[in-house]
Parts: sequence; C-alpha cells; structure tokens
Amino acid sequence: MNDTQLPVWEVFIQANPGIAHKHAGNVHAADAEMALQNARDVYSRRNEGISIWVVPAAAITASSPEDQGAFFEPSNDKPYRHPTFYKIPEGVKYL
Amino acid sequence: MNLQEAKFEYLLRLGDSSLIIGHRLSEWCGHGPILEEDIALTNIALDFVGNATELLNYAAQVEGKERNEDDLAFMRDEREYRNLLITEQPNCDYANTIARQFLFDTYMFFLYEELKSSQDKTIAAIATKTHKEVTYHLRHTTEWMYRLGDGTAESHERLQNGINDLWMFTSEMFDMDEVDTLLIKEGIAPDLNKVKAGWEKRVKEVLAEATIEIPTTLFKQKGSREGKHSEHLGFLLAEMQYVHRAHPGAKW
Amino acid sequence: MEDQKQIEAFETKIASGVKIEPKDWMPEAYRKQLIRMMSQHAHSEIVGMLPEGNWITRAPSLRRKAILLAKVQDEAGHGLYLYSATETLGIDRTELLEQLHSGKAKYSSIFNYPTLTWADIGAIGWLVDGAAIMNQTALARGSYGPYSRAMVRICKEESFHNRQGYEIMMHLSQGTEEQKAMAQDAFNRWWWPSIMMLGPSDDQSPNSDQLMRWKVKMESNDAIRQRFIDRTVPQADFIGLKVPDKDMKFNEATGHYEHGPINWEEFFDVIKGNGPCNAKRLKDRKEADIKGRWVREAAMAYANKRMKEKEVA
Repeated sequence: MNDTQLPVWEVFIQANPGIAHKHAGNVHAADAEMALQNARDVYSRRNEGISIWVVPAAAITASSPEDQGAFFEPSNDKPYRHPTFYKIPEGVKYL
Repeated sequence: MNLQEAKFEYLLRLGDSSLIIGHRLSEWCGHGPILEEDIALTNIALDFVGNATELLNYAAQVEGKERNEDDLAFMRDEREYRNLLITEQPNCDYANTIARQFLFDTYMFFLYEELKSSQDKTIAAIATKTHKEVTYHLRHTTEWMYRLGDGTAESHERLQNGINDLWMFTSEMFDMDEVDTLLIKEGIAPDLNKVKAGWEKRVKEVLAEATIEIPTTLFKQKGSREGKHSEHLGFLLAEMQYVHRAHPGAKW
Repeated sequence: MEDQKQIEAFETKIASGVKIEPKDWMPEAYRKQLIRMMSQHAHSEIVGMLPEGNWITRAPSLRRKAILLAKVQDEAGHGLYLYSATETLGIDRTELLEQLHSGKAKYSSIFNYPTLTWADIGAIGWLVDGAAIMNQTALARGSYGPYSRAMVRICKEESFHNRQGYEIMMHLSQGTEEQKAMAQDAFNRWWWPSIMMLGPSDDQSPNSDQLMRWKVKMESNDAIRQRFIDRTVPQADFIGLKVPDKDMKFNEATGHYEHGPINWEEFFDVIKGNGPCNAKRLKDRKEADIKGRWVREAAMAYANKRMKEKEVA
C-alpha cells in the first residue's frame, strides 16, 4: 500500500444558530468520523462553531474561471430579479 | 481518618490520574502519526491538565495547609502520588497509547457520570464539565480502537499487544478502601462496583467490534492507593518537577 | 511560452488589489515561488513545535504547562492551514513532507538552535513569534487568496503567543537572581538568530523586484527587521534586559535604532544544515513519519473495509 497523508475533506462551520455554514479550510482523514473529529480539533479550538460539515474534497465540482462569462454574466441584465427593481408608492406596507 | 482527610485523599486520586495521563499524552506533541492526530492528542492532554489543575486546587483548599495546586503537583514525591498505575505507563507505540487511553477513558466516563451527582458541590461542578470532555475523548479513542483493531494485520497485532500489556493494571481502578467507604456514605463518591459494571460492559462491546480478544491474565497489579507505583513514575516526576524544585519559592 | 497578454492581465489584476485564486491562470514562476515559500512556512511551523515541545513536560507550573501545550498545538494547526493552502497549488502534502524529509525543502533557520532553559520558551514567544508576526502581517496582504487567508487566521491566533512569551520574560526578570540570569542568557542567545530569521539583507536577496510586483513579498527583509528592532528594544528596556549588541544605539534624527554587524556567515551556515540542531530536528520529524506510517495505513484499510460493506449492503 502506498503511504499517504490520507484523503482531503473540506470543512464547513456554522458559527451561530440560523446562519449558513461557511468554508473554514480542510483536513486529512481516512473516514467521515475522523474527518469530523479532526475538523473539530483543528477549526474550533476557540469556540468558533456549533455545527460542522465535512465533505470529501473529491466530491466537490467547482466552476472554472473560464466559465465566469457564461455562468454569471447573463444574470447581470436581469435586474427584475431583485426587489429594489420595483417602485412601490410610499405608504404601502408589508410589501 | 476523618471526612476532610478522606476528601483530600480522594481528590489526589482523581487529580493525580488526570495530571499523569495528561503528561504522558503531552509527550506525543510534535511526534504524532499524522498532523491532525497530533492536534487531537494535544487537545485531550490539555483537557487532562486543566482537569488536574481544578482538582488539585480544590484538594489544596480542602487540606487547608496553605499549599496550592502547584505545590501538590511539583513538590510531592513518588510515594505521595495517588494516580492509577495505568496512567503512568509509557506511550510505547501509538496502539499502546490508544489502548491505555481507551481503558482509562472508559473508566473516567462512568466514574465522572456518577460524580456529577456528588453531594460535594465543587466536585459535582468539576465532574459536569469534565464529563463532557471525557465523552469526546472516549469517542475519539473508541474510533481508533476500531481502526487499529480491524485495520491491517500489523495494527491488529500491535493493539492486541497493547491491551494484553495493560490489562493487569485495570482491576485496581475499582479497588475501594476506607476513603471510599467514608465518602460513599456521605454521597460524595460513587460505589466503584457500579462504575465497574458500566466499564466491563462497554469494554467488552468495543473490544468485540475491534476484533480484539479479552486477555485472560489473572495477574493483577495494584498499589496506587498507597502510593506504590511502577518504576516509570519516578522518571516522569523527575522530568516534570526539576525546574520547579531547582528554584524554591520562585514565581513563574 | 506564456502569453505576454496573460501576464499583463495577471499583473493588472494584482495591481488593482484582486486576489489570485487557485484555478486562476498564473505564471509558472509565481506558482513555483509560492509553493517554495508557503511550504517552507508550513515546515517551519511543524519543525518549530520541536524546540518548544521539549519543555512541555518540564514547564515549572500547571498554568505554564497548559499555555505551552496550547501554543505548540496552535503551531501544528498553523502548519496544517499552510499545508492546505499550499495544496491548492497542485501539490499534495505527502510530496511536501517528502521534500522536507529529504532536505530538499527548507524551514526557518531559527529552529535549529537548542532550547536550553525554561527562559528560552519566553524568549521564543517574545522574539521569534514577535518577528514572525511582523512578517506574517505583511504577508496577509499578499496576492494569493489561500495564503493571505491563512495568514489572517494565523496572525489572529498568534498574538497570544507573543504575549505569553513576554510575560514569561517579565516574571523571570522580576524574579530571583537565578531567574534574572536565566532570562538575560536566553535573550543573549536568541536575539541575533531572531534578527537573522527575517532573511538576508536586501542587497543579498535576489529577484525581489518581481516578487514585490506580484505581491508575493510585501516588504523588504531589512524594512521588517528594522520595525522588529524598533519595537523590541524598548520592550527589553522595560523589563531590564540588556540587548546583546554593543553597537546598538538610537538615532534621534531618523527615530530608528541602529544595530551592529550581523553575522551572516552563521546564518548561511545554519541554512545549509550546519546549525546545532539541524540533524536532530530532521531526525525527529522523519521518525514521527515512519512511526506513523502503519497507523495511517490501518486507518485507510479500515475505511476501505467499511466502504466495501456499504456497497454490498
């Protein structure tokens, strides 16, 4: 068997209830439980989190910089997706 | 023996065990089998040192002889130390360390679960905090028991050897004497037979899952209750205490 | 051949303060330089655990023991963040560690000096971490996203390292005669290596221009060194320690301290592997790696078994 430093897992930490998990970094681990424990020991030594996700790095598909135009620019001309696009008369409530 | 003396003695037993096993774990710092595990072992060592500090601090208060936790940690000799024999056993290889931690963590898990409801408020408070930490330690070492026991042929053999070597130190964990009897009566300390039942069941389950056989050693080591230790403790204390003792009365 | 246009676009991006991310195009020289620098930095954290780790079992009080444990553990964490960041450049940790163990990759010269007394722990926290923070605060503004983010996190965590070191030195300086002597002796031994660890002086440091333009290096070695000296000398005065440099004087006109000649011969000698502890440090790291091998293999074997079971089920 080849010696390795074990596979890489990406770590996401939720700092407080109600907010999204945020990418914190990664750890090396042989299995999910080990990844979870390592993430806890490495990324929450100072009470940084209340919940942790670990994901095998190999399972993540990322867009590439060349995709930027095709992926993200088309939405630049669709301001009607944002609530501030619409003018509402003053005095109208709960909209 | 009065209640105060019994309580002081009991706190030394708890505090010394945490201090010594924490010391052993801290020896791994910088030498772990993989970076992540180095960090994990150090985290656990830190918990033990913190726990020992609280217990020895309280022991010093109970004693009432104007000593503090550092006096107790650094100025007592081998024969005055009350840590369990298993806690002073050297690290050897990583499997041996995991075996030692697992056997002791399981003991601590069931012991501190009982101590949470101690009639002594300070002990109960320390136990409540510590039990959370120990729950994590036990989870960590249990997972490693499975990985090493059911990993490769080499890791299996190493772990089996570790368990075999350490088994003779487990029975004294449940020995009780006058100190225990006095404190049990006051609702301060638990009956260790209860702790033993939990320990035996859990250890059996985990060893089975880890494909490790339970040793049949009948030979039992004991003595820590009277400060009779293995030779390892003297070397450990010589290292731990020398700076402190070389400068009497100095502040750090 | 790298397209001149690509290089121009890359440099414009950096000049306007946009961070470079792992999948972005980058010149090969940039990638190589970053791998070299970042891995050297990561190795320094890991090797740096050893001289201080030495003293965990001998710390003179329970409080000091806990603080030192937490500090050395942080260094492991920082090494880990830095290896992670380096891995984004397309090289894995196994290979990085092989480079360390074979002697191909370097680490900070400072960790090849021995820690001889408890005061060395104070001196390291105060001086070595102090110098490192100075360097790292600059690097946090660098152009490579993952490195810069790791630096921000590390700087945040390291401020306590620096303080605990100074606190140790302060206690010793106010202590018994033996403690005072211990503190001064440690200061004498660590002062020059700390000054040297910030790197060769600018006239001996090649290809700095391009690295500055690419924001791989943010400030010259001499500039960082000057700031370190300006901040540290008054701190030493405050606790009554004497800087071991007979030429050290304050220049009223410039507002800076001026130091005596640095023994660069010693610096390059230590870098080459001839420091007091080079062999020992490398041996310790290699041993940990060899002793850990069967553990890592077991963990993988166990994980694979469980995976197969899942597939069958």
